Amino acid sequence: MYAQLVETGAKRLKTKEEMSPEERDFQEKVYAETKIEPKNWMPEGYRKTLIRQISQHAHSEVVGMLPEGNWVTRAPTLKRKLQLMAKIQDEAGHGLYLYSAMETLGADRDEEIEKLHQGKAKYSSIFNYPTLNWADMGAVGWLVDGAAIVNQVVLQRTSYGPYSRAMIRICKEESFHQRQGYQILLDMMREGTEEQKAMVQDAINRLWWPALMMFGPHDDESPNSQQSMAWKIKRKSNDELRQMFIDQTVPQLEFLGCTAPDPDLKWNEETGHYDFGEINWQEFYDVLKGNGPCNRERIKTRKNAIDEGAWVREAAVAYAEKQKQRAQAA
Amino acid sequence: MSEWRLYEVFVRSKHGLNHKHVGSVHAADAEMAMENARDLYTRRNEGVSIWVVPSDAITASASDEKEVLFDPSEDKVYRHASFYKLPDEVGHM
Amino acid sequence: MTQTEALKEYLLRLADSDMILGQRLCELCGKAPALEEEMALMNVALDLVGQARNWYEYAAELIDDGRDADKLAFRRDAHEYRNLLMTEQPNEDYAVTMGRQFFFDVYHYFTLKSLTESSDERIAGIAAKALKEVTYHLRRSSEWVKRFGDGTEESHRRMQDAVDILWRFTGELITPDDTDRVMAEAGIGPDTDQLAKDWRGMVNEVLTQATLTPGAEDAWMYMGGKHGEHTEHLGFILAEMQFLQRAYPDATTW
Repeated sequence: MYAQLVETGAKRLKTKEEMSPEERDFQEKVYAETKIEPKNWMPEGYRKTLIRQISQHAHSEVVGMLPEGNWVTRAPTLKRKLQLMAKIQDEAGHGLYLYSAMETLGADRDEEIEKLHQGKAKYSSIFNYPTLNWADMGAVGWLVDGAAIVNQVVLQRTSYGPYSRAMIRICKEESFHQRQGYQILLDMMREGTEEQKAMVQDAINRLWWPALMMFGPHDDESPNSQQSMAWKIKRKSNDELRQMFIDQTVPQLEFLGCTAPDPDLKWNEETGHYDFGEINWQEFYDVLKGNGPCNRERIKTRKNAIDEGAWVREAAVAYAEKQKQRAQAA
Repeated sequence: MSEWRLYEVFVRSKHGLNHKHVGSVHAADAEMAMENARDLYTRRNEGVSIWVVPSDAITASASDEKEVLFDPSEDKVYRHASFYKLPDEVGHM
Repeated sequence: MTQTEALKEYLLRLADSDMILGQRLCELCGKAPALEEEMALMNVALDLVGQARNWYEYAAELIDDGRDADKLAFRRDAHEYRNLLMTEQPNEDYAVTMGRQFFFDVYHYFTLKSLTESSDERIAGIAAKALKEVTYHLRRSSEWVKRFGDGTEESHRRMQDAVDILWRFTGELITPDDTDRVMAEAGIGPDTDQLAKDWRGMVNEVLTQATLTPGAEDAWMYMGGKHGEHTEHLGFILAEMQFLQRAYPDATTW
């Protein structure tokens, strides 16, 4: 989903005959589920696609700190504050792991971050939505982290070694995020006041569809999906993942005693899955293009932090240089 | 951060016998790299040993395609960052 | 005042300082000058709020009026808060953020070191765990002060400015009052003279290494936090921090 719209540069898959010997060997390795490591030969398209996908994934983690950062100073109890702080810190850490994985492909972290700040790189659309009440902290953990986990568990088997291993590490850390979020909502629904219960339903009403949009467009509208799947960068289709998410989430929603803002959501006995309404694709593309509620603010915050931090980073380098020279002179 | 150098990070856990490569950090100097590594890679563990090495100080063995094909789980080849070896629990995930 | 009254006061001071400084660091979430610093700042903030919780829980037991740690943190107004004024100063630029952290960390480090030998076992236990964390906080903040002081011209200027504007809040860190003296006499709290000496020693050492000039020893000091008279900042900090508990006072679960 961090690859909501990642260009692979391929309009269609190459046939075996069209591939060069190296490309054939590479493709065989991928089919054999052998991990591709940094020093291995890889098609330029594979390398570029990965850089785009991993960098967007990393950007998402970092920008993802902001909707929660919006409430960390207002967390209502010591326990909730500590939990939220730890979660946000994990997200920063995940961003760092991912940038590290990206750098093994020869990409430069500063350059990629600059693209983000210029609006030239994408990040997960969900983080362009505002967090408006405390229950959003629960809904974000439950729905957003929940959706991310569905995607990430599958990505643990992605073909590129460093990315796969980062996913394993991230999944290990992420498992408690979703549970925490759900617990916030469950506690409020079970023991909360009427006002708190209303907060929970309100949060779900606003974040439900954006969470579903995280999985990206229908696969038949996603030409790059095919190539990504062949290279095993992507392991399951957008629609498959979205369906997995809905199927696991609806029972949780019902257990909360809440509803989804989707009159078409219902169990289909024949298919063994939940049917659901059509996503507002206009909204999806608007948000991805930069016209979501918070796009401007999110990017501005990130850009300011790094730009205004330049003197800090320079000072550290200058000091290190001085220390080095002193040590050499001594 | 191109102003801050890339360092590779190796961690030996409390009950571990040797340092394992866990990833990389950017830092202005080794001291900062050590602290950044501690904050990023060991915040859930106690009593670990951390090594940080500037990435360009590392000489890596050349990767032979065969080696990689038949020794996929023994990750000896690295240029920048590669990550945690598959933890034992990965079967349950 | 009785020893018990002094102890309650003392615990609230420890808790409130940690809480307010933790809150200031939370404000920086997503805005740190480097991603690595996001990790570091949140790490310090988590430690501080965690320590605050420990102190609040002990205080709540002694105060014993039905309030728990959360009520102490979220339902006391500014005049009841006992944090050091240093902790409520705004983040401004990173030199001020690190300067504030450094001055506090030195005080915090020596205080906790002494508290590990407190005649009060509960305090000694909390302090022992906190000391490990704060030793690391101090290492980081003193390094940043040195980096800025002895880095570039710009960082030096900013760091010297930071020292200058924060200096008037340093007196409160090492000037004892009755509560401190009662605690010291009971062997519960640190020797106040020694604390001041240790604080000055380390601060001077680091500032010198950083090529920075400390403020005058007899400079006018802005105090009052320890008895509930704060700067204008605290009201706003609490308004934000306590909003949900105040707006939904009947909510018992969050």
